[in-house]
Formats: sequence, C-alpha cells, structure tokens
Amino acid sequence: MNAPTAARLGLVACQVCELVSRPPAAACACPRCGARLHSRKPDSIARTWALLLAAAILYVPANLEPVMITRSIFGTQRDTILSGVAYLWHSGSWPLAVLVFVASVLVPLLKLLALSYLAASTQRRSRVRQRQKTRLYRLLEFIGRWSMLDVFVVMVLVALVKMGALANIQAGPGAMWFGGVVVLTMFASMSFDPRLIWDPSGGADG
Amino acid sequence: MKHSNLIACHECDLLQREVALPPGGKAICPRCQTTLYTHSIDSIDRALALMLGAALLFVIGNVFPVVSMEIQGQRTEALVWQGAWRLHQEGETLVGVTVFLTAFLFPLLQIAGLLAILLPLRLGLTPRYLVPAFRLVEQSKPWSMVEVFMLGVLVSLVKLAHMATVVPGVGMWAFFGLIVLLAWASSTLNPHEVWARLEVSAPEPAA
Repeated sequence: MNAPTAARLGLVACQVCELVSRPPAAACACPRCGARLHSRKPDSIARTWALLLAAAILYVPANLEPVMITRSIFGTQRDTILSGVAYLWHSGSWPLAVLVFVASVLVPLLKLLALSYLAASTQRRSRVRQRQKTRLYRLLEFIGRWSMLDVFVVMVLVALVKMGALANIQAGPGAMWFGGVVVLTMFASMSFDPRLIWDPSGGADG
Repeated sequence: MKHSNLIACHECDLLQREVALPPGGKAICPRCQTTLYTHSIDSIDRALALMLGAALLFVIGNVFPVVSMEIQGQRTEALVWQGAWRLHQEGETLVGVTVFLTAFLFPLLQIAGLLAILLPLRLGLTPRYLVPAFRLVEQSKPWSMVEVFMLGVLVSLVKLAHMATVVPGVGMWAFFGLIVLLAWASSTLNPHEVWARLEVSAPEPAA
C-alpha cells in the first residue's frame, strides 16, 4: 500500500508558501509566491553531509581555542567554552553553568550526531522509526539557534569591559570557529529534507 | 495548474484535502503528526497590532543601552550595533557580522517587513512587492535571534556581577517586551491566510 504523497501523483508542494501545484516543466517557479519549485530539496543528503563535515572540523578548534581573552591588572586569562562553563559553576551560578553547557556543548554535539544519523539512515532508505525521526528533525530545527548563546555572551563582554589597563576583554579565535559551527549546522539542518525519511515507505508508520 | 484545496505535509509530503477548522483549531498530519495549519482568529489584525508594538520596542531597545557597567567610577554602556562594531575593530569581523545580522538586521527585517506587508493587506491594498517581501520574511525567520541574544545578555550580567556593578538599562526591558511580542505575533499570524489573500489579488499566471 502506497501513501498518496504529492510526489507520487506528480505534484509539487512549494517550500515557501506550501501551495500544491503540477509544474508544467522540470524546473519552474511556484505560481503563487515565485519561489523555485523542487519536489525534494536538491542534493539534500549530499549537501547535509558536506555541511556536517565542515561543522565537525570547525568543532575541534571551537572547543580548544579560547573564545575570550581577559586582560586585567591580575594578568591575562584565556577562556575556552568549557573553562567558561567551569568558571560559572565554581562561582556558584550552577543553573547558568548548566544552561551554557547545554547550549554550547551538548546542543552542537547532539546536532552533529543526530543529523548524521538522520542522513545515514535516510540514505539507506531505512523504514524504521519514521515518526520518531521526523520528531527528532523538528527538535533539531528548534534548538539549533540557541547555540549562538556563547557568541552573544562574548559580544556583550567585549563591548562592555573596556577599562584600559584595569580590565579589558577581547574575543579569541575560538569565537569565530564556534560561530561557524552554529551557522554551518543550521544550514545543514535546513538542507536536509525530512520528506526523504518517508519516501521509502508505504502507508503505515514503521 | 493549481490545486488550491489540496495540501501536502511539509515534513512527509502526504497529500491531504484541506478542511475548514473551528477558530483556534489546528490540523495535524495523520502520518507524521506535524502541525499542518491552524485557524487563528483575526490573524492579520492581531499580528499587525503586535508588530506595531514590536517596532516601538525595537527602536527603544536600540537607542537606550541594554546594560551599563561601573568599575571604580568608570562607566561603559553598550548597544547591539556598537558591540558588533567593536568586534570588527578588534579583528573579529566575522563574529561581528554574525552578531549584527542575527541580533539586529534580521529582527529589523522581520518587524519592518511584516509591517510593510500586513498594513497594506489590512487596508485592502496589494502592491506588487508583497509577494517577494513575504517570501523574504518567511525565509529569513530562523536567523532572527532576539531571544537567544537576550539570554546571552543575562549570562554576561552574571559573569560581570563578580567584578563590577552592572545595571540593566531601559533597552533590556524593551528587548524583553520585544521577545514576548515577537513570539506572540509568530503564533498568531497564519502564513497560509496571508498567502491566500495574496493569491486572490494576484493575476492568474498563464500556465
């Protein structure tokens, strides 16, 4: 039994305005909003893999290099993402430490691993747990942006702490790598097409 | 060729017939359980009112300092674009640009764009720019990160509290209000209704 999908009936749903239409040619624009029509996002799996690989490479310097350099009369302190979390933990603000740890360490890692799993299992045209995989994808789309947290923290501290010799905070190279990881994983999840999860299946949920 | 009573789930492509919903109701895909569409009451009117408020708060939040800090009588204050500019001056241009786009330019685009779309629609006008403008607003939405930015401000406040006196400024309260209004507007505005209204006004393309 085959589920009636737009693709099986020769129809295409617009990515932007969701209008269902029957395109007269292979490549054309949505009759309502003018966006390019694709039955599935073009080269979805290949693009997802490429962006994931790039993000995974940047993930290494993002965690090893300092994101923030503090110069004060007491000396120079270089903070990586993890040492920033440790600082919050030791200074007694453990709820914030947990928050920053989740947003900056767990979420990017979860995104890299979960999206790799989705891409790999979709590539094998797996039919298992389709509903859970769709839900996982929705979760990834929702939480991805929160990783930007640490970049904003660095920005505020850099902007505020300009006290000449007394105290001065600068952004470290890690901030750029980390921002890169967040932007690349967001692009990776945007290029993944969740409809591919369902394409191998018939009607019932596996 | 259009099929306006058919909808395809945007997450699993299952083809379904669109049914009328009671006010406040939502339609869920039977196969993957994604929310397909909702019926919000006075969608356009309410979203327009919320966006007018958001525009006001956005201006306040970017004119008055978000936080100010004092160490031994020295006082510094910062606005979003100043912070981004300082990152650029110190050689972290990429980080500065990212912050500028996600905390300033894309939120501005959301607010100004929706006002420029909803106001004419409310008045019954449909100038030509509405279709590409709404497409741009819809596609840039994930990159507008006001709420993440504010959480970042809170974390920095806690970090700074150990070394200096930090005072939340008027800008911060404006930004908190802005987050509420933006989230509210986003759950109120029904993009399907906007597209449907734009479609009615558009001339039928020769297909």
